Amino acid sequence: MKMSKKTKIILYAVLSIFAIYFLAPFIYMLFTVFKTEAEAVAYPPSLLPENWLWSNFVDAWNSQEFGTFLLNSLTVTVLTTIGQVFSCSLVAYGFARYHFKGKNVLFTILLATMMIPWEVTMIPQYMQFKIFNWINTLKPLIVPSFFGSAYYIFLMRQFLMGVSKEYEDAARIDGARAFQIYYKIYMPILKPQLILVGVLNMLTVWNDYLGPLIFLQDRSKFTLALGLASFKGVHSTQIIPMLCITVIMIIPPIIIFVAAQKYIVEGTGGSIK
Amino acid sequence: MKSKRWIKKATPFFFISPWIIGFLVFTVGPLLFSLVMSFFDWPIMRTPAFSGIANYVEMFTKDAQFYKSLSITLKYAAIFVPLNMVLALLLAMLITQPVKGVKFFRTIYYIPSVISGVAISIIWKWILNGDYGILNYLLSLIGIEGPNWLVDPAWALFAVILASAFGVGVMMLIFYADIKKIPIALYEAAAIDGASPIKQFFKITLPIITPTILFNLVTSIISAFQQLTLVMLLTGGGPLKSTYFYGMFVYDNAFKHHRLGYASANAWVMFIIILLLTMIVFRSSTAWVYYESEPKAKGGGKK
Repeated sequence: MKMSKKTKIILYAVLSIFAIYFLAPFIYMLFTVFKTEAEAVAYPPSLLPENWLWSNFVDAWNSQEFGTFLLNSLTVTVLTTIGQVFSCSLVAYGFARYHFKGKNVLFTILLATMMIPWEVTMIPQYMQFKIFNWINTLKPLIVPSFFGSAYYIFLMRQFLMGVSKEYEDAARIDGARAFQIYYKIYMPILKPQLILVGVLNMLTVWNDYLGPLIFLQDRSKFTLALGLASFKGVHSTQIIPMLCITVIMIIPPIIIFVAAQKYIVEGTGGSIK
Repeated sequence: MKSKRWIKKATPFFFISPWIIGFLVFTVGPLLFSLVMSFFDWPIMRTPAFSGIANYVEMFTKDAQFYKSLSITLKYAAIFVPLNMVLALLLAMLITQPVKGVKFFRTIYYIPSVISGVAISIIWKWILNGDYGILNYLLSLIGIEGPNWLVDPAWALFAVILASAFGVGVMMLIFYADIKKIPIALYEAAAIDGASPIKQFFKITLPIITPTILFNLVTSIISAFQQLTLVMLLTGGGPLKSTYFYGMFVYDNAFKHHRLGYASANAWVMFIIILLLTMIVFRSSTAWVYYESEPKAKGGGKK
């Protein structure tokens, strides 16, 4: 399939137009965060700052307990990732490698739970965590992840279905126990999916706003996303500090995505069919 | 020997037990609890009182906001879902072209999808600002006077759609993965027969990816109905409640007006609407979705 030069030029032009739509806001933001407040709201706007004020970041970071927010975000992100990777692989292994009564019914129910809107469970979950005395702690955000998540289980199960059973049979002859087979043989094979689920969970949890909004009350418990969202309540008119924190907040997900892109692209390919 | 057989039977349940426990405690429990709550007058502080179907009656007969929020959400879904699907498919087609550097573009198109809705809404609020926003400045350069996006009720919904289209990358990648799998020989054969690229798209690509279109359609309808973060932070439901989406209606009834029973009833109605819409889409799918007919194609109907 050969493309004419003209077609290629048009193609690159269209590709670039969309790239501008997706990138321009970020690039413009990266320049703006170094401006003074007056420069930022000036009209007509300028692209480059007059002076590059690195101190904007320090000022923004110190204006609230962002260190605490960051620590909370990291705690929740790391612990939920451990929880999801561990629990989802266990469950996916059970569904993919065993035959038992009611398996298909249970798996269909698992898929169906993905359709339940969060609005329906959010209110009773709030009540539930209130009874547990978990409101205003990080527990409601962390503990459920240790019980798996339908979509991630589905992703891993699809992958395991395609793995040859020979490994397992060989191990079984050597007298390995069920948990050993899962842990020693399937976990290494499952590595790309473990990374995929870990990365997807990290991105979701780091970015989550509604969960922290409902379950957390004191500012000392806030995550970075919630702290950033509540920023405008504290400093109503200042745009620069808000953009500085926004930049800080979006850098980790972008790095993680670029590093793990291969797994996300391949994982998406395997999941749908 | 008997205990050994018991262990063998229990092993699979040992593996899936985390999900079973989580499902009962964090899904079934809350789901049933929420259904029960919807038949109660349930303030956050005082004791709840059984009220029969009063919540549902109030919603359907007395609360004008219910219909308003529902129609705003439907309007949003009606614009957003097709727009997002077409954009995702277009981008997926672009990044599957056999030219150098498309992987670079694939990365760029996906990046906004890994960014928090909080950050997205802050960025767009700043770009769309009526006083100093860059978008209106750029429009003024080509002689267009931009509207005051977030303050003008006629434009606020459009602003929400513009910001939500930023997350199109997820769906693009799903299309991309599917299109990549189509054997190139199909296109080569079509090209020999003289089919134009456009004809190839409609005769080869589109029919083959209909199952994926179905998958994306269902997930985007569900997510359109649950849109909450963006409106909360971008427009706050305003101006004049012109973007007061159904999700916000439920959230405010629960956590602002502290009417947990009423909000539960709201949420259940939404759940049923989503289920009905999904059922309609699946019913219609037999007419337009083509599954591979080879016997090895597994789980064709279950997507």
